Amino acid sequence: MWTNEEHVKYRARVREFAEGEIGPITRKIDRDQIFPEELVKNLCDFGLLGMVVDKKYGGTEIDMMTYIIAVEEVSRVCGSTGITLAAHNSLGCWPIYAFGTEQQKQKYLPEITTGEKLAAFGLTEPEAGSDAGGTKTFAEKIDGGFMVNGTKCWITNAGVASTFVFTAKTSHDPGVRSISSFTIKAGAKGFSSGKKENKMGLRGSDTRFLHFDDCFVPDDALLGQQGEGFKQFMKTLDGGRISIGAMALGLAQGAYDVAVRYAKKRQQFGKPISDFQAIGFKLADMATQIQAARHLVYHSAYLKDEGKGRFTKEAAMAKLYASEVGNWVTYAAIQILGAEGFGDRYPVERMYRDVKLCEIGEGTSEIQRIVISRQLLKEIE
Amino acid sequence: MEFELGEDQKLMQEAAREFAEKKLMPIAEKMDEDEAVPAEIYKELGELGYFGMLLAEKYGGLDLDTLSYVCAMEELARGSAGVMIGLSVHNSLCCNAVYDWGSDYLKDKYLPGMASGELFGSYCLSEPGSGTDAGSLSCAADEKGNKFVLNGTKSWITSAGVAKVFIVFALTDKAAGSKGISCFIVDRNTPGLNLGAKERKMGIKPSDTREVSFVDCEVPKENLIGEKNHGFKVALSLLDGGRIGVAAQGVGIAQASFEEAYKYAHEREQFNQPIANFQTIQFMLADMAMKIEAARLLTYSAAWKKDRLGREAARYISMAKLFASETANWVANQAVQIHGGYGYVKEYAVERYFRDARVTEIYEGTSEAQRMVIFRSLGKK
Repeated sequence: MWTNEEHVKYRARVREFAEGEIGPITRKIDRDQIFPEELVKNLCDFGLLGMVVDKKYGGTEIDMMTYIIAVEEVSRVCGSTGITLAAHNSLGCWPIYAFGTEQQKQKYLPEITTGEKLAAFGLTEPEAGSDAGGTKTFAEKIDGGFMVNGTKCWITNAGVASTFVFTAKTSHDPGVRSISSFTIKAGAKGFSSGKKENKMGLRGSDTRFLHFDDCFVPDDALLGQQGEGFKQFMKTLDGGRISIGAMALGLAQGAYDVAVRYAKKRQQFGKPISDFQAIGFKLADMATQIQAARHLVYHSAYLKDEGKGRFTKEAAMAKLYASEVGNWVTYAAIQILGAEGFGDRYPVERMYRDVKLCEIGEGTSEIQRIVISRQLLKEIE
Repeated sequence: MEFELGEDQKLMQEAAREFAEKKLMPIAEKMDEDEAVPAEIYKELGELGYFGMLLAEKYGGLDLDTLSYVCAMEELARGSAGVMIGLSVHNSLCCNAVYDWGSDYLKDKYLPGMASGELFGSYCLSEPGSGTDAGSLSCAADEKGNKFVLNGTKSWITSAGVAKVFIVFALTDKAAGSKGISCFIVDRNTPGLNLGAKERKMGIKPSDTREVSFVDCEVPKENLIGEKNHGFKVALSLLDGGRIGVAAQGVGIAQASFEEAYKYAHEREQFNQPIANFQTIQFMLADMAMKIEAARLLTYSAAWKKDRLGREAARYISMAKLFASETANWVANQAVQIHGGYGYVKEYAVERYFRDARVTEIYEGTSEAQRMVIFRSLGKK
């Protein structure tokens, strides 16, 4: 319904890539909390790092649906790689591509689309999580640029990215029009990242604080106009949320696939446990919810591709529902595997830990409900 | 009908709470990281009587009623589910196997050491092919002279790496199925008793879980617990004790999760106010408190019934275990959600509670096994 023949072919290719190149190292990625450089190269070679960008800047110029399929299939095998890709493409590359000047696009994009380098997005702060408008990081206008001071937290790819987009206040007004967004390269003076966060899941994904201490960024680092930062990141998150929905969908599908195979193979009381209604019905519910989540995620990708306007509500619904489905499905998969589900010989316990982030990152489930309710209250007089 | 704990129960509850808060909570994160419990913790627990809670005073036990035991276990689980589960298995399964079914010789030989904590117990029932279907063992015990020779593999054995004595179930009559099972006590240093590698688990990481295998492991005949071929009866009689412990564990984890979430919701400010001001957070906390209250009352009343109805209490104990374990998972999930990004990292205890909670629905009978027990009991008066 949402996909064409090209999408189907692409899915087969990316699944083969994910299972072949990432599958064998997922456990190590989780256990050792590393994201191998070799993997970044492989992702780049496969064309997964420039997915939302024109060919002109080294991108693959594919549609949102293809990108979403990629995130879903990669996450089905490895959530850490899924979030790394989602953050890189939707949050790192896309704002530069969407809001940057021609000069900025030429300057920043090729390296992060074809140069085997990752991008990151610094929005959240210790005191500005759900209240993303409450940004404290300040970029003070000085001669030739801005002097930035502040701290960002939970930044995906923080320790491995070469290029960052970040938000900061450029005026002391309390409103959201005081927020602007900028680009910055790793290694800039006064710009540093903290220690790697020790997380419940997505442990391969490199998450850190970012610190700006009298960090100078030139005028041409400003993305779009001063004061447009809030509007920009709201648009960025619309796309980002679809990719988090796709990630949750992939993790749910991955856990479900393992659970079905296990239930058919595992014998208790002289028969496969899939013969028991408690297990069969659980699998039926898992499959039904995954399918519903898939439709929501694909529908919002379709709307983005259609390009007829904002899809804020649909993206929020997709992200909210898919992440809750992901949580429940991976939880149910552990239950079907019993003790094996709690150990690390099967990937379902990792998937359960991984997918919990989907209910938190890029807007908690509570924020999605705020977004959805605000939109729908506008729709009916 | 009185809804007050008695003096004895309150004493145990307070003592265990103090131990949990002073000794366990400060090192719970470290124990999780190290996947081990410091020896002095077990030593202190032994000195305080926590290894012989259900044993008669003449063996050095505390001779607690089940409700007092449950009150203590709940508090210890609130401090560290990984430490508590070892005690639960030791007290309810290992000590009681010897105490309820062992010969006077075995009681005199083992119980004083078990009560003091010197002889930490491990309980070997589950096998790779025999989980929920606990009657279908393949581990064999062949008679040879005045010995039994054990061969087979036991899986998911709690405390295996630290135990000094193992309660082992094996077939003495292979043709008789569950009616051919016998129960033995085996010393750690018996030749042919081999430990596998420590399992990597999602949660309760301090608990040392391993596979235990027996290769021509010779056990003296006098180490038979109960009559030959009556082992399954022994196992069934002990189930309820193990389950009420896990019910208490679920309540303890849920309570700890709730307390952290309640505190955080009042400290964390977003949109210029504590997030506890938002109805969505308030209602989450209200539901968490309600479910914990229900789980606790089910658990306490099941404990009370166990001392009065014996095996007739099985239905209520399974209900308590099922409800409390599902509650623990639901509450811990909400607690992480309330913490947002902070709930996803190890500096905050709710991250651990979320991982620890998952196994409560799996061990000592999965939720599915509890539902089987409950259903089967419904036809009886």
